[in-house]
Amino acid sequence: MQGLSGVPVTVEVDVANGLPAFTIVGLTDRAIQEARERVRAAVRNAGFDFPQRRVTVNLAPAEVPKEGSGFDLAIAVALLRTERELPLDGVACIGELALDGGVRGVIGVLPMARRLSASGIRRLIVPAENAAEAALVEGTEVIGVESLGVAVAYLEGRLALDPVAAPAMGEIGAPGGVDLAAVRGQSLAKRALEIAAAGRHNLLMLGPPGAGKTMLARALAGLLPDLGADEALEVASLYSLRGRLSDRPATSLRPPFRAPHHSVSRAGLIGGGTGIAQPGEVSLAHRGVLFLDEVCEFPRAHLEALRQPLEERSVAVARVRASVVFPAEFVLVAAANPCPCGRLGELSGPGCRCPETMVTRYQSRLSGPMRDRIDMVAEVPRLNGETLLGGPPEELTARVRERVAAAQSRQLQRAGTTGVTANALLDGDQLLDVCGLDARGRDALTTAGERWHLSARAYHRVLRVSRTIADLGGEERVSREAVIEAIQLRLPAL
Amino acid sequence: MSRLLLRPDDPRRPACLSDLAELGDRYRVPSLWVEGDLPVLPGVAVVGARVAGATGQEAARRIGSDLGRRGVTVVSGFARGVDAGAHRGCLAAGGRTVAVLGCGLDVDYPPEHAALRREIAASGALVSEYEGGDAPVGWRFPQRNRIIAALSRAVIVVEAGAGSGALSTARWAAELGREVLAVPGSILGPANAGSNRLLRDGARPYLDVSDLADIFSECAAPPRLDRRRKAQRAGREGRTAPLQGRDHASRLLALVSAEPVPRELIGRALGLGPSGLAVLLGELELEGHVRSLPGGLVARARW
Repeated sequence: MQGLSGVPVTVEVDVANGLPAFTIVGLTDRAIQEARERVRAAVRNAGFDFPQRRVTVNLAPAEVPKEGSGFDLAIAVALLRTERELPLDGVACIGELALDGGVRGVIGVLPMARRLSASGIRRLIVPAENAAEAALVEGTEVIGVESLGVAVAYLEGRLALDPVAAPAMGEIGAPGGVDLAAVRGQSLAKRALEIAAAGRHNLLMLGPPGAGKTMLARALAGLLPDLGADEALEVASLYSLRGRLSDRPATSLRPPFRAPHHSVSRAGLIGGGTGIAQPGEVSLAHRGVLFLDEVCEFPRAHLEALRQPLEERSVAVARVRASVVFPAEFVLVAAANPCPCGRLGELSGPGCRCPETMVTRYQSRLSGPMRDRIDMVAEVPRLNGETLLGGPPEELTARVRERVAAAQSRQLQRAGTTGVTANALLDGDQLLDVCGLDARGRDALTTAGERWHLSARAYHRVLRVSRTIADLGGEERVSREAVIEAIQLRLPAL
Repeated sequence: MSRLLLRPDDPRRPACLSDLAELGDRYRVPSLWVEGDLPVLPGVAVVGARVAGATGQEAARRIGSDLGRRGVTVVSGFARGVDAGAHRGCLAAGGRTVAVLGCGLDVDYPPEHAALRREIAASGALVSEYEGGDAPVGWRFPQRNRIIAALSRAVIVVEAGAGSGALSTARWAAELGREVLAVPGSILGPANAGSNRLLRDGARPYLDVSDLADIFSECAAPPRLDRRRKAQRAGREGRTAPLQGRDHASRLLALVSAEPVPRELIGRALGLGPSGLAVLLGELELEGHVRSLPGGLVARARW
């Protein structure tokens, strides 16, 4: 596998006379070299004979680097085929062998199954524990096996095994999902979430610890509409590659929510690692929400590295011999304290005692490229009892999600002419065309520009957000009101 | 930028500065460097904590703008926090302000005030008794405070903690026979401990600009919208929003008249959703009636 794509590998075995030996060639990594020991022991312990001859295994195509322990089962089956009748037409095997002949699960079975299915494989033998994810791929019969013996018996026709039934894709609430109504107050932030979900705008939340930023970010994932079946499969494939299907059921249609801690490694965040290139948190958040709490605490280099996924919606992970590309199209929600102590702008209590320079330095840690990609800023103040109690009943996620879905379908209709499926991706002249501002709207924009010295980029941000606000309101053109609301969602000056 | 060195005998030197001589020879100001044009002095000093909360900065800004609009020169120390707020408020109201530096005029300190510095030099003056490159060392600031006091007829202390340098300005002012006023602050927390103690010790409370009426006659008239501005506003109303919206606007302005208020409460009081509230606040902010502050707060920008 290279990212989500890969190359089907053919295992060739030659058994020749000479001193007994067992060699595996074909640009293999250490895990595959060690397969010799696993295969030898597993074959014997499963009750078969290991040929006492000169055995050469070639993994073709030979020029593609191969990694991981998933080739064990295929190598063993190919080896046994030299002495028995094993029909293997249209069959592929995936799995790691245990010394006792058992078959262990491996990571990345779902994307492998998709790739194999696309190249004409009709029957797939996989470890029993990976059978459910592999069965998600349509048009391929998936057989889950617990041991090498079972696999061979099945292939010889001595044992009948039923293909694993494809689990139904369905809406399974992501674990830890939060309903918008569970957060009291914070109406501005909630409105910002609604806009972010509708136009896929990146959002910065500023507020003291304990104000509810994390809950709000979780609620954002709930506002995004369900994924399509293909999208869900793509997301599940990324989780499979990372070996993280336990975090999120492969059948879930809900957009993922990832909240890496600021101590995450660069490889963990962006992707990489030794062995099979693994997707990072940015890819696990693909088509969902990436939440960076305490974003100013993340190492600067990590934040700089987010620039590529934010701009290109995919991320290239450099490998020794090649670079692997993972999709990484997410809505970024960053949360930060307004200052190191978190009390800036508080009305009651001890108040903020951070020197202004420290506040500036702290906020500047949100590096330039990242700021450029954040369309909205919402304040999430700590609310006191008076504000928390009373007030109108909170709106439920399900209702807001309907508005979001309607706004998204409006963007999709426009995509016919613009080619852009989300407002957050609009830029430049296109943006002006799409907004169709009238004189009153332009007037608001000009006045705001003069008053707050808006940069060209800031203008674009306001326009993008106002387009989404208009879409949420079902308006063809962007009104003055939409522009003004968008202007309110920027960083207030001290 | 024109820079001027005023010796004690220079007629262009503000006369009030020589009051320092009465305290003793060592408190004289032998040389005074000036960048920009000195406005009418004495003015009113507005000083306070460098690390000021949202309310303190807002108060400083408001006092600065109230004085600036009435043509009273605002004197302050060009420090972060309250000082900067007072300078900015005065400039925003079209007033003139004097910044007394604790270092030479060549030194960019505090570094983030570069833009403010240019604005002050353009419509007021920066002054210092130190030579061009003299560094901002700790002992220079209390010394500089005596000049702030001397250039003012009254000193208003906004949000000063127990050890704040603003208290030294107040002491200098008392020595020089200047009026000392303090803005009352919360008794919770240390932020206002110094300024509140001044009140207990006999300083006059500063509640609004009319408290200066006996010193500056221009502060006597109660603040009100003059007819021209009312007419202007009426004109804008017709153009920008339906009547019902303006009703909300006036209710909103009544709500935020005193302290910064959380937007959450405003929305609730007016029965507006977040979107409607954002539009209303946005319009009022564009017109310059309210300002958004950090922490989801809204304050009146002017009276």
